[in-house]
Order: sequence, then C-alpha cells, then structure tokens
Amino acid sequence: MTDTATSDITVAASTGRLGDSPTRPDGAAKVRGDFAFSSDMSIDGMLHGATLRSPHPSARLIAIDTTDALAISGVECVLTAADVPGSPTYGLITQDQPVFAADVVRYQGEPVAAVAADHPETARRALAAIKVTYEVTEPLTDPETAIAGTHADIHPDGNIIRHQEVVAGDPEIVGEIQVEGTYEIGMQDQAFLGLEAALAIPDHDGGGVELFVATQWLHEDRKQLAGCLGLDESKIRLTLGGVGGAFGGREDISLQVHTALLALATGRPVRIHYSREESFFGHVHRHPATIWMRHHADRNGRLLKVESRMVFDGGAYASTSHAVLFNAVTHAQGPYKCDNAVVDGWAVRTNNPPCGAMRGFGVVQACFAHESQMDKLAAACGIDAIELRLLNAMETGDRLITGQVVDSVAPVARCINETVALPMPDQALDGDDPMWLPGGAGRTADRSHVVRGVGYGVSIKNLMYSEGFDDYSTARCRLADGVATLHFATAEVGQGFVTLAGQIARSVLGVEEVVLEPMDTSIGSAGSTSASRQTWMSGGAVDAACRAVRELLFQRVATTHGLDPLRLVIDGSDIVDPDGALRIPVVDASSGMAIDETVEYRHRPTVEPDVRGQGNSHVAFAFVAHRAVVDVDVELGLVRVVQIATAQDVGVALNPLSVQGQIEGGIAQGMGLAVMEEILVTDGLIRNPSFTDYLLPTFLDAPDVVFSLIEEYEPQAPMGAKGVGEPPCISVTPAIVAAIRAATGRDLDRVPVRPQDICGSP
Amino acid sequence: MTGPAEVGNEDYSLRVNGAACTVNDAWLGESLLYVLRERLGFLAAKGACEQGECGSCSVLVDGALVCSCLVLAASAIDAEIVTVEGLGSPDSPGSLTDVQQAFIDEGAVQCGFCTPGLVAAVHDLLDRTPQPTELEIRESLSGNICRCTGYGRIITAVQVAARRRVASS
Repeated sequence: MTDTATSDITVAASTGRLGDSPTRPDGAAKVRGDFAFSSDMSIDGMLHGATLRSPHPSARLIAIDTTDALAISGVECVLTAADVPGSPTYGLITQDQPVFAADVVRYQGEPVAAVAADHPETARRALAAIKVTYEVTEPLTDPETAIAGTHADIHPDGNIIRHQEVVAGDPEIVGEIQVEGTYEIGMQDQAFLGLEAALAIPDHDGGGVELFVATQWLHEDRKQLAGCLGLDESKIRLTLGGVGGAFGGREDISLQVHTALLALATGRPVRIHYSREESFFGHVHRHPATIWMRHHADRNGRLLKVESRMVFDGGAYASTSHAVLFNAVTHAQGPYKCDNAVVDGWAVRTNNPPCGAMRGFGVVQACFAHESQMDKLAAACGIDAIELRLLNAMETGDRLITGQVVDSVAPVARCINETVALPMPDQALDGDDPMWLPGGAGRTADRSHVVRGVGYGVSIKNLMYSEGFDDYSTARCRLADGVATLHFATAEVGQGFVTLAGQIARSVLGVEEVVLEPMDTSIGSAGSTSASRQTWMSGGAVDAACRAVRELLFQRVATTHGLDPLRLVIDGSDIVDPDGALRIPVVDASSGMAIDETVEYRHRPTVEPDVRGQGNSHVAFAFVAHRAVVDVDVELGLVRVVQIATAQDVGVALNPLSVQGQIEGGIAQGMGLAVMEEILVTDGLIRNPSFTDYLLPTFLDAPDVVFSLIEEYEPQAPMGAKGVGEPPCISVTPAIVAAIRAATGRDLDRVPVRPQDICGSP
Repeated sequence: MTGPAEVGNEDYSLRVNGAACTVNDAWLGESLLYVLRERLGFLAAKGACEQGECGSCSVLVDGALVCSCLVLAASAIDAEIVTVEGLGSPDSPGSLTDVQQAFIDEGAVQCGFCTPGLVAAVHDLLDRTPQPTELEIRESLSGNICRCTGYGRIITAVQVAARRRVASS
C-alpha cells in the first residue's frame, strides 16, 4: 500500500505573467494521474469508515443496537450520537444539523451511525448489521405548508429558515402593461466528479487530529470540527486533499466530523470515501424554488415595478439557505433599471434533501424567472426582446431595489450587443449526420420535425460575501534568491487559482520561479472558494503580500545604491531606476536574504439589510448575456443545444484561457439545468441518486460556445478583475428555455424542460 | 491489506503495464478498479460513479477500452492491462504523451479528476482513428463525463494532439 498522505502535494510552478495563459502548475501531475486527490490518499494501518443513513425522510429514532456490528471480525468501532464529545450539531450559518441523528431523522440519508473497519466491504457489512428501530412519521414535503404554519415544527429552530422582503420606491405604482408568471426551478446537483473523501490521522498523543480533505474552505471546516470534537482549533490541522470539482457542494460539512471522530475513537488513521449514491445524500443541492413575478412597464416597455414571491425549499437543515434567499430576493430585478419593487422571499425547512450552495447561489433561480418575464414583457409591449432589454439595461450609478448604488463597472448594454453580434451557427440544421439532430445516437429524429429556436438571457451576479460578513483572505510571500514562495489556504478546486497566484507573483516581483506551499490551516483563512471571490480576494491577498515584499526589496536596493525607493520599478526580471541610474536583476537583489510578508486582504464592508431589504449589502457585481440556438424535435420533445453565444463582463482577463474554461464549463452546467439535470424527489425520497438516472451533459450534449470578453477595468478590484466563475451558468438557462419556447410556442415555465413539457398535452 | 475477514480470499496475479503484479489474500468480489488502486497502487484510474457512466476509471484490457469499475479483477487474470501510468515511453519515466501534453497546453485540465480516464480514451481513439472529425471525437468520448470544462478545451486538445501526431509521423 502506498503512503501518499504524508507526501508533499506542493505543485511545481509554471511560467507566465498576468494577462498570459500559462499552463497549470498541477497540469502534468493531473494528466499523468499522479496528482493526489483526497480519494487517492492512504497510509499504512488505515481503517475504512462508512456511514449508516436513514432510509426515511421523517421518523423518530427509537433505538440503535450496534452489538452485531461490533461482533464482526475486522470492525474496530461504531459511533452514534452518544459518542460525539462536543457540540452535537454543526452548520455554516446556524448550527442546526446533527453529526448523527439522536432522536429524530429529518431527511432521507441523514447520518445515524458510523463504523470503522479493516476493509470497505467489512464496513459495509457492519452497517447492514446495525439494528435501528424507527417510528416513521409523515414527512413535511410541501414548502407552502411550512409557510402556512399548519405543520408542527420539524426542528427546534422552526420551519421558516428566513423570510425577507425587499420593498423599494412606490409599492403601489401600477404599470400600463403588466405580465406575470409562476416559474419552477428543479433541484440540481453539483455532481463534482471527485467524490467526497477524507483521511484523518490522530496525533500521537491522541489529543488532536490531522485531516486531509477535499473542501472549499479549510478554516470553516476546522471551526465546525473543533466545535463537534470538543477540541481547541489548535489541536486540529487541515490540509487540502486534491479536490475533484466543488461548485458549492463542498462548502458544508459532509464527512469531516465523522472521519475525525472515528480516527480519534480508534487511535488509527481512517479514510472515508463516499460512493456516488452516497454523495447524492451526503451533500446539499441547489434549492428547488417556485417564483411568482409580475412586471409592470409603461407602454414603451420601460420597467416600472417588479413584484415577486419566492419560495425556496431548504430541506431539513439550514445550510446557507439564509444567504441563498437573500441573493435571490435582491436580484429579482435582473440587470435592469427598476425603481419600484415588492419582493417577498421565503426559505423554508422541510423533510426534503437539504439544499445550500451551488454555483449561482440563488441568482440562478431568480434569473430564470426575471428573464422569462422580460420575454413576456417584450411580447406584451410589441417590442423586440433585445430592444426591451437594451431599453432597460442597468448602468453604473443606477440604484438597485435594495437602495444600493451599483458602482461596479456595469456594461450591460455592451454584453447584450456583443452577444447579438457573435456569429450564428454555420448550418441551418447542423450538418448531414443524424447524430447532430436532437436525440443523437438514438437516431430517432426526423429532420422534418426539427425546429430551430433562438433565445436570450441576461444576468447580474453579486461577487463575494454580503450582509456584513467579515470577508477576508490571507496570503504570505517569501522572496529569497530570486524565488518567491507563496502560502495561502485558498482551496484549489479546479478553477486555476494555483496558476493565477504564480502569475501575480511574477508580475509584481519580476521573478520567474514561484513555489506554492500546501494549502493548509497553518496560515490564516482564505475564505471559501465560492461566490466568484478568490481571484478578487485571494488574488488581492497574494498581490498585496507580493507588493509588501517588493516595497521592502526596493528600500534595501535604494539604501544600498543611494536612490529614492519610490522611483524604482520592476522591468522584466530587473529592478530599474527609470533615469538609468540602476538596473539590477531581482535574483541578484534578493540574493542572500529573505523578505517575508503576510497580508490579510479585505473587501469594503457591507451591511445587514433592514426589514425592507434596504442597505449596501453587496460588494460588487458582474454581468453577462447569453444567446442560445436550439434544435427541437417537436414530435418527440427532444432538444439539442446547438450553440451558446456569450459576452461576459470580466473586468480584466488575468488568464484568458482559464476564463474561457470557466465560461464553457459554466455554460454546460446551466445547460444541464435547462434540459437535463434534476434530482427527482417524491415524498421526501430521492428517486435518481446515480449517474445512470441523474443525467449530466456529455461530449455529445455540450453546445459549441462562441464568446466575447468585455474587459473594462474594475476600479474596486485589486487587479481590475472580476470573478468569472458564476456568471456563465446563470442566464444561459433562461436563454435556452427562451429558444425552446421560440421553437415550440409553448410557455415552458419550469426547468429542466422535459420531453413531456414540449410534446405533451399543453 | 487483506480481504474482509469473514469470506474466503484468494491469491492471484495480474499483468499491468507489462509487469506481473501479485494480489494476495483478496476477496474475489473486488473490481479491477479497486485492485488497481487499493492493492497495486495504480491511482490514475479514478472511481466516480461505479456504474460505467462516467469513464473516470477507463483502462485498456487486452486493447479494449473498459470501465474498470465494471470489471472483476479476478476476471482479468490472463489479460494485458494498461493504465494511464503505462501510456508514456518506458524509456523516459514521467515523460508526457502527445495527448497529455495537448491537454495541458489547451486548457483541457481543470480539477483533473476526469483527466486520466479521458487520456486513456483519447489514446484509444487516436490509435484507431488518427484524424477524427469533431463528431467522431464527441461520440468516441461521450462515455467520459467532465463536469468542469464543458468539453470545449478537451475537443481542441484532441484536435491538436491529432494534428501534431500526423505532423510528426
């Protein structure tokens, strides 16, 4: 057995500066297959952990008998709620979720017990031998029932997670033109490929634990672990295990506490590695939502008021529902000027699967509703859908319905115009091969039944954390002998921060060689890899740390050469005085000494909103437009998304190839939500927890993508760059549905659009 | 590692990347993926769905591209198994294949979890079809799911690798 847990996962540096597209420093390891994902980690003497989960969405837990499980040879330990030494619950915003269910279970898949054994199969058999007596109760599965207050509380915190209004301007104003609709968004899964995995190693004295884990936020995990383990944070060390995608699904605790508890209880290393089925139960999903909207406009199509009622099903535990709902209600207007609004938002608790963060974070749901409405409004006003959006397009200086002035660069009209100008697909109906038709390899489509449609969507997305959260990131830079060593706890989940960090150091310091230390908790927090925030936040921290080092380097050089340090600049790999008094390579200037600086970067403060949702609660915004071209077999209800065109507001593209990767990847996920992806839940039970039954876009489903980067330097951002991760997946979904509407003439008020929605009885 | 204690276990040998590898005291219910990863230390093949849907565990068994999660290890006893670790030149360990280099150059790698399976699948494709059309690329690789990239950079990487291979032959 290999011992990879203690191996150095430091990645080698590549070359390239800001604005270049250098290759990933972890690229070679990843293509060879020797990059250590958390599921690849193992160590001699390691036990295999497994989790027993409730088959019921709602039940009283009467008794747990672990006798038979413990009697199995090779089983080392069985833990239940009684064995949790610290806080029995955890959670990102409120600590309402039990480590193990104690007296009731509130969703299908809720952990009840965990075992550690010598082999995964032994562990599986041990789970089967645990006898749990449940008294099944009727689940609360309808969010409206939770709001109505007619069902007993299913949790001590109550059935309402958050109720938030946003009321702006004149709530009574009435527009000459009104359109309304009710829209549904299905439950989407992050479906990261690298399944949850962690390796916990007890410290030698048994008083602490080291955890290697795939996560989005090491320090938040440590905080929650400390609470549940009853240990001081100093006794817990976390190191990022290689992360196989995240998309929001690793922001919450999943197996961290269980793995650490088993290691501490047995005194041996323990690894837990979920299966795909378990993963569907083991992490939170995108909130399913029902959103009613009524738009008011004057006869020329100028938006007067948005009314909305939004209901988000948070499932059994709060997770980040609180913040997801706030994003939704504050983005109800979309990227459009609107002075008046009445928005009523609810995030509720049910016995459905818990929901939380997923790329787009509440704005995905709001955007599907407001973009569907904008098309209806255009039709009602007799205006072209593009013209209507341009007429109302938000600009820098406009006021949101929260009262906040948008001082971000806001090139909404440019996003729309550049999207419209991108080339349409070459062929009327793509190529001669029937594989290109809807239905693809099934070869079911008859060309005469295929209709092409085109649709548009535009969105606004907040960047970073909101509502007064103290949002910061920490980075350390050490320069010695021309080599910059960077340390941060920023979770690299695939987005490419490891590439960008090197680019920043090379640009600021003029060095070539950059070494990245392992991402771990021995430095301060970087915050989460979420909310499109790491380029801005951790990029800002790395940039600031490198600048602090450069300032000290310039002072030393200036002192040595009798120059003014403020005059020195980096030119290529040299430090120069522009008057020609000095040119010295950075390698030489930093020879034989070390400069070491650690910096915390913070964005400007935000505030908690008042009861009417008013306040400067967001930091900054990014914008994007999408055009979808689809071919629809109207007889069979099958859709092929032929092409997506998009123009995205990126501030500055610090690594254009990485930006393209985010755009194309986000579009595929938004396309999945539009026509493929949904966790089907009936009576609180997930019906399709597998990749056979939860459909993900494949090579044959993914559309061609043509794009335009809108680069307008964002003055607030450390390097002028906005986060680019979330916008690609937001307005692509309504654009695709608009295109299907155009092809079919159907209303289509829910996503994903299913075949029966296209060809069933209207 | 041994097998689960309560069942009978066996010893057998597999040929992986041209070398004989002994598997001792193993439960015969273990998949080829499990044995490659957990017993023999070939970690390039990844497990992500256990159902043959995602292709992350792709390896070659007697020249055929298979999902190793669906193959019982003990059923591959007489076969030649090639994993991503065995794709490079045996003369220069750690060197990258043309496909691997193209993946890095073209931005086809993000989280990288699907990458080894895709590298195996692309080698298989280009060995059979040196100059595939875009549709042939999409169809051949449609058993490999990537959740990060949206596939665009991977398709480009395959085209670049194919062009380079033709140019250098």
